[in-house]
Amino acid sequence: MSLTRTDIENIARLARLELTEAEIPVYVDSLSRIFAFVGELERAPTEGISPMAHPLPGLAQRLRADEVTETDRRDLYQRNAPAAEAGLYLVPKVIE
Amino acid sequence: MSALPSLPAPTVAGLARGLLNGEYSSVELTRACLDRIAAGQPALNAFVTVTAEGALAAAQAADDARAAGRAGPLTGVPIAHKDIFCTEGVRTTCGSKMLADFVSPYDATVVSGLKAAGTVMLGKLNMDEFAMGSSNETSYFGPVRNPWDPALVPGGSSGGSAAAVAARLVPAATATDTGGSIRQPAALCGVTGIKPTYGRASRYGMIAFASSLDQAGLITVSAEDAALLLGPMSGFDPRDSTSVDSPVPDYMATLGDSLEGLTLGVVREFFDKGLDGDCEQRIREAIAVYERLGAKVREVSCPNLPLSVPTYYVVAPAECSSNLARFDGVRFGHRCDAPRNLADLYSRSRGEGFGAEVKRRIMTGTYVLSAGYFDAYYLKAQRVRQLISADFARAFADCDLLLGPTSPTTAFAIGAKCDDPITMYLNDIYTIGANLAGLPAMSLPCGFAGGLPVGLQLIGPHFSEGRMLNAAHRYQQETDWHLRAPSVWA
Repeated sequence: MSLTRTDIENIARLARLELTEAEIPVYVDSLSRIFAFVGELERAPTEGISPMAHPLPGLAQRLRADEVTETDRRDLYQRNAPAAEAGLYLVPKVIE
Repeated sequence: MSALPSLPAPTVAGLARGLLNGEYSSVELTRACLDRIAAGQPALNAFVTVTAEGALAAAQAADDARAAGRAGPLTGVPIAHKDIFCTEGVRTTCGSKMLADFVSPYDATVVSGLKAAGTVMLGKLNMDEFAMGSSNETSYFGPVRNPWDPALVPGGSSGGSAAAVAARLVPAATATDTGGSIRQPAALCGVTGIKPTYGRASRYGMIAFASSLDQAGLITVSAEDAALLLGPMSGFDPRDSTSVDSPVPDYMATLGDSLEGLTLGVVREFFDKGLDGDCEQRIREAIAVYERLGAKVREVSCPNLPLSVPTYYVVAPAECSSNLARFDGVRFGHRCDAPRNLADLYSRSRGEGFGAEVKRRIMTGTYVLSAGYFDAYYLKAQRVRQLISADFARAFADCDLLLGPTSPTTAFAIGAKCDDPITMYLNDIYTIGANLAGLPAMSLPCGFAGGLPVGLQLIGPHFSEGRMLNAAHRYQQETDWHLRAPSVWA
């Protein structure tokens, strides 16, 4: 299977990844190869086989009571923020 | 490296004994490790961060605890953590520019468990970026080199963990395995690696790559060391919704059990045309050792196993694209300069912060999850995953453990497989199956081919770590491959 430059630009846009001009042909080539490779799966007979999302059969996703369990550590967490002020994360203006 | 100080014993078990007998203090032992790490760093690049000051303080605290009669079996033993595990107050990079300056506000559960057992953290180990790689060449902090030959890769993604243990810079290290990232580097560096059952150790604080596959484990010199360390890092954790609520057995209690009557299944599909002839010979010799130990050996078939690599390269990138969506340049991580608007902030921060392989996996995952392709790729791969899992279940109806090679070849040259992702992905052809089925698996040193280590893989049914460690330990009592270290680092 062969992907085009437009395909790669669309995927990158969906993934919110800005690619450089030089990266685009590299990904056109390598993603085409990857999808040719995973295309092998088409031949596997899977009729009536249920999709497996969890590697341990029979174990359902556990739920917990909807209770506050964490303490407020906002100031500590915001030390890792690229831009924060007065307890708020700063981003470029969203509404012009 | 003339004055390289050696460690008083190669194994955690030996060092724990020395500490118990008062032959040396944890501070002395920690200093010896720090000296070896400093000497090894220019040649191997195994560490991203060395926490010398914190290590010496923790070692002093361990010595004080021992003096006060409060020492456990691991008190004062120095170890290092793969830089995928969050460590409170210490930089946690995951091998990425995206997190190059991230200081974790909390400890991963694996880290806090090993800390509570008294281990001393020496630092954070290099790895493929976000654990995506099989050669440790995708790290933002540069490739790790193989201690057996610095022109070769150590394997990946836990390349720093494997190289540091192989060069005896540290006696043991944590690691993670999503498609072979513990076992393959363990094989290529001649050390012991264990990936426990999915859900055995908590994923809380372990930076997520593919959440239905990721599992924390260990790289050690011996199976006995793995048995010593696995208990404290395992167990139920309410903070990980996939952590399994079942008691952790005493792995040391069954370590020396007889292998009389054990049935080992040799997986036919692992002996394919891609397997190097000398590596195959070493595996056949290991099988003969098991026969001498009383095990019954039979051939088994897992016919869908050859589809494990393509299945993985749909499932893992899909989960990765979703997990890595959190890196948006807002709350933590790399942010681009002067963003024009919010969309520009997201896409430039991510474009700059992620390396080439991570971007490749995010895009692969985005594509297989996108409208019109979800059924053809993602659901199809999940159905094949079911078939692969069923193959293993059938094999375990007649066998206690399965056996085969860990990797098709010994370590390869740095740069040799960088141009074609498929060639690189096929390194994990024998390891990925266990991840897809959530099974515990190990790699053990079983000899050399062309002067380089070869790894023997054991795979067990869910939660059979005790039996697997027992089988590994008995093999290591019959052989001394696991005690061989590269002469420069011995």
